[in-house]
Amino acid sequence: MSEAHSGVVAHQFDDAQQQQETASLGMWSFLITEVMMFGALFTGYAYYKTLFPEAYFEGSRHLDYRIGAINTAVLICSSLTMALAVHAAQISKRKATIVFLLLTILLGSIFLGVKVFEYSDKFEHNLVPGRNFSLDAYDETVNPRNVELFFCFYFIMTGLHAAHMIIGITILGILVILAWRHRFSSEYHAPVEMTGLYWHFVDIVWIYLFPFLYLIGRG
Amino acid sequence: MFSDFPIFPEVASTIAGRVDALYFFIAAVGTFFFTLISVLVLVFAIKYRRRSEDERPAPVHGSLQLELVWTIIPLILALVMFAWGANLYVDMYSPPGNALNIYVVGKQWMWKIQHPEGNREINELHVPIGTPVKLIMTSEDVIHSFYVPAFRMKMDVLPGRYTSAWFEATKPGKYHLFCAEYCGTKHSEMIGSVYAMEPTEYQDWLSRTSASSASMAEAGEELFAQLGCPTCHASDSGARGPALAGLYGSTVNLMTGETTTADDSYIRNSIIDPTSQITQGYAPLMPTYKGQVNEEDLLKLIAYIKSLALDSSHSVATEDSTKGPLESNE
Amino acid sequence: MSNTALTEPAENYLTAGYGLKSWLLTTDHKRIAILYLITITVFFAIGGFFAVLIRMELLTPQGDLVGSDTYNKLFTLHGLVMIFFFLVPSIPAVLGNFLIPIMIGARDLAFPRINLLSWYILVIGGTVSFAVILFGGVDTGWTFYTPYSSTYSKTSVSLVAIGVFITGFSSILTGLNFAVTIHKMRAPGMTWFRLPLFVWAHYATSLIMLLGTPVVAIAILLVLLERVFGVGIFDPALGGDPVLFQHLFWFYSHPAVYIMILPSMGVISELVCCFTRKRVFGYSFIAFSSLAIAVLGFLVWGHHMFVSSQSIYAGMVFSVLTMLVAIPSAIKVFNWTATMYKGSISYETPMMYTFGFVGLFAIGGLTGLFLGTLGVDVHVHDTYFVVAHFHYIMVGGAIMGYLGGLHFWWPKITGRLYNEAWAKLSAVLIFIGFNLTFFPQFLVGYLGMPRRYHVYPEEFQIFHVLSTAGASLLAVAYVFPTFYLIYSFFKGEKAGANPWGATGLEWQVPSPPTTFNFETTPVVTEEAYEYSKREAQVV
Repeated sequence: MSEAHSGVVAHQFDDAQQQQETASLGMWSFLITEVMMFGALFTGYAYYKTLFPEAYFEGSRHLDYRIGAINTAVLICSSLTMALAVHAAQISKRKATIVFLLLTILLGSIFLGVKVFEYSDKFEHNLVPGRNFSLDAYDETVNPRNVELFFCFYFIMTGLHAAHMIIGITILGILVILAWRHRFSSEYHAPVEMTGLYWHFVDIVWIYLFPFLYLIGRG
Repeated sequence: MFSDFPIFPEVASTIAGRVDALYFFIAAVGTFFFTLISVLVLVFAIKYRRRSEDERPAPVHGSLQLELVWTIIPLILALVMFAWGANLYVDMYSPPGNALNIYVVGKQWMWKIQHPEGNREINELHVPIGTPVKLIMTSEDVIHSFYVPAFRMKMDVLPGRYTSAWFEATKPGKYHLFCAEYCGTKHSEMIGSVYAMEPTEYQDWLSRTSASSASMAEAGEELFAQLGCPTCHASDSGARGPALAGLYGSTVNLMTGETTTADDSYIRNSIIDPTSQITQGYAPLMPTYKGQVNEEDLLKLIAYIKSLALDSSHSVATEDSTKGPLESNE
Repeated sequence: MSNTALTEPAENYLTAGYGLKSWLLTTDHKRIAILYLITITVFFAIGGFFAVLIRMELLTPQGDLVGSDTYNKLFTLHGLVMIFFFLVPSIPAVLGNFLIPIMIGARDLAFPRINLLSWYILVIGGTVSFAVILFGGVDTGWTFYTPYSSTYSKTSVSLVAIGVFITGFSSILTGLNFAVTIHKMRAPGMTWFRLPLFVWAHYATSLIMLLGTPVVAIAILLVLLERVFGVGIFDPALGGDPVLFQHLFWFYSHPAVYIMILPSMGVISELVCCFTRKRVFGYSFIAFSSLAIAVLGFLVWGHHMFVSSQSIYAGMVFSVLTMLVAIPSAIKVFNWTATMYKGSISYETPMMYTFGFVGLFAIGGLTGLFLGTLGVDVHVHDTYFVVAHFHYIMVGGAIMGYLGGLHFWWPKITGRLYNEAWAKLSAVLIFIGFNLTFFPQFLVGYLGMPRRYHVYPEEFQIFHVLSTAGASLLAVAYVFPTFYLIYSFFKGEKAGANPWGATGLEWQVPSPPTTFNFETTPVVTEEAYEYSKREAQVV
């Protein structure tokens, strides 16, 4: 890491390197808290799955795995464009940075758009937990109330994930503005890197969500 | 009332004295260490008080031996407490096979108790001394907890499932019954009394106070017929539902391939959520009776089904049979 | 270290800018500490007010002061406010914020703006939770057990859940800030094993804040969703399990109690060394015991659930682990006691609080053994025995440590000395009042009096009379420091840089410190607590 003073070393740091390492440790620590947060939800999910495996499989069959697969591909591509944006910032390529950031925003927005489509589809089919929940056609051995539990976790986990995506996209938008204003270069690009870490994490959460929600009970 | 300053509640069950003994042991160990630390601190505070401003104490930084001693000795003592307590705990939750089953339903804000003979009580529980009593409990709403300090007995009471605890009263008397899990407005009024009596007095009380003469199993049999259960649960081979004689306590093969034990919870689930555990070889035809039977009705039906022995057909038991060891404690 | 730099500087952190904006938009860790001090004192007064009402009601067996619903709201709010808005922030947010950067030789925390954000989050979360009082309060108990909280309670559970959820982020961000700061911002020569034990304690605390808080955030979020949308995650009617909530809740809430006591233990380590003029006995044992408590603390949550219908085998695992987690705390107490051996002991107020802490924490910790022992816990779970146990630790332990630390570092924070006579008197009265309040509760708990009871059988009254008498004394005694400390801020004798003759970098800078703490980054060459090697000058 370059140690040149670029005038952006905050007063509490001795040099740019300390600032960079500190930011990195801070973001990793934050991501660990996110692991604990999503972990709690995965734990609740897993607990009920051991109690009602058939109901979970039934619920999963009501999700369209092809749409889920498309979204997974979209998100993985967005991680690629994010990594390219970080790289571009590291080598002071301002235009490339902006382009890749915008592409990441675009892909992230596509993901969210698909989710909106999925959610409204669930709403139409009365699969939103609560008073109006009902299954139209299902395996008779399964208790529809237990399937409702599956959908509770479906909505809460993908909803929390989507909230993280929205926050991520917002931050990316801010980065685009800052990049436009020549803020990033090989000397200072920590915000882009840190956002990259965050974005990859959100991607990894989805990579766990996809099989656990869409692919169980198939095959 | 102000003159005696009690430390222990009455010792009124077989387990109570053992709990107090362990309590005493922990208190003794605790008192020893507390006294040791307090005395040392006091002595040091006085003996080593600062006598002049430029006093410089000798550097004493540490001692591995001392650290090991005061790590290992407390650890051993704590593990003794653990082992003693775990042993006691296992006994507290392992009811003897011949325990008298009494059923408890908790709801905001009262305890409803049903004896197998049919006697019902509200906020009171009469039991004989010298007989192990197993309480099978559920809640109609929120989590409650059945607590009898004199017996040193407590168990949470949950909605949607059965929990159980047991005790053997040793001393006749009237003892507090408390709800020990906060449950709303009148949590502190969800209290009552447990009356432990000599066995003969208990029998007297039973016969004296049973308003309805039907035992729980008899009442259950009546409900069973009313709800139309015999239509499918008949004893002929082409019946739509499995025969229930001898079911209680047996191992059941489910449609999913798993096996389970037919305990109180299993039977309760079969009535209100039948599709969750269809027996192998049968179609998922049984409708749910949720909403048609309340928790007390469920207990009566269970008492009836418990009474169905393998070689008899629909004979009504006069006494609740117990198959303690096979029941799970969920 | 030369003396000449310690003449009072022209400007210190208090005088560097006046006006509300300079305080509300500050990024100086010391000013943020003051903001926290004011905030948590307000919350303490609120929580304490509820406690006074509770004790007054419990003077008589009947429910004659307030109705049952009101009483249930009082103990719920007392618990919520005291735990989430007073104890969890207290030492870390006030003393930790102020001292950690200075103790390690840094100019500020790693993330000063996030530090300020943490404070705002606490204030917002507290306001939201407190607004609940306008909407009729909340009566679930601070533990929010389902299905009462998710389905049956008719009070503003959702609003409080949102408030607590928000507040959790304050804790997470503070923990993150401290952990990263301690890793990355230590001055040259300040190795891990030269750190003051106060810093070790806060490092361990930060780990717990980071790892535990997100889980309770989810637990509360799930209750909120169940309440608002009627989804049945904890509803048995859907196959949901109310006990799952208890697991998710206690997975955080047990480590949370270590969040509340570890910093206090860190304070005591500092006080013991200064007022015995000795390096602490067993430095590395105390340092590692803090880490051990943090790690083991995550493994014992099920000891709150021995009678919850959890399997008895799970109960046994949790019980044996609970015994293990007790040991590091015992090691600390023994080491502090050994530090006093052949020391040079003086009796200033901070040392009075130290003596009090050792005694009261010993009782609190030892009574934890009763609760961790399965066979006994069945009897005392959910009784006043538990209430007494945790108040001995939280109040007798954590608050005594907080007050001791506040008095010790008051001259550094404000540049003033408080009136020693009043301070000593308060410490003694607090000690007496506290014991009178809570010791009878052990006895009435073992007799079988359940907790959260509005009315109770007459035979328990004598214990409650004693307890309320103690609480009255305690309440009055707690008010004294507010007066003499505030008085000292304006009229107290000016303090030099090191009025106690203590070691540690914080005593090498002026009282009060300047905004950036150090003119030049210090280089550390000696071990912690080197009382024997140097002339510990009183300046």
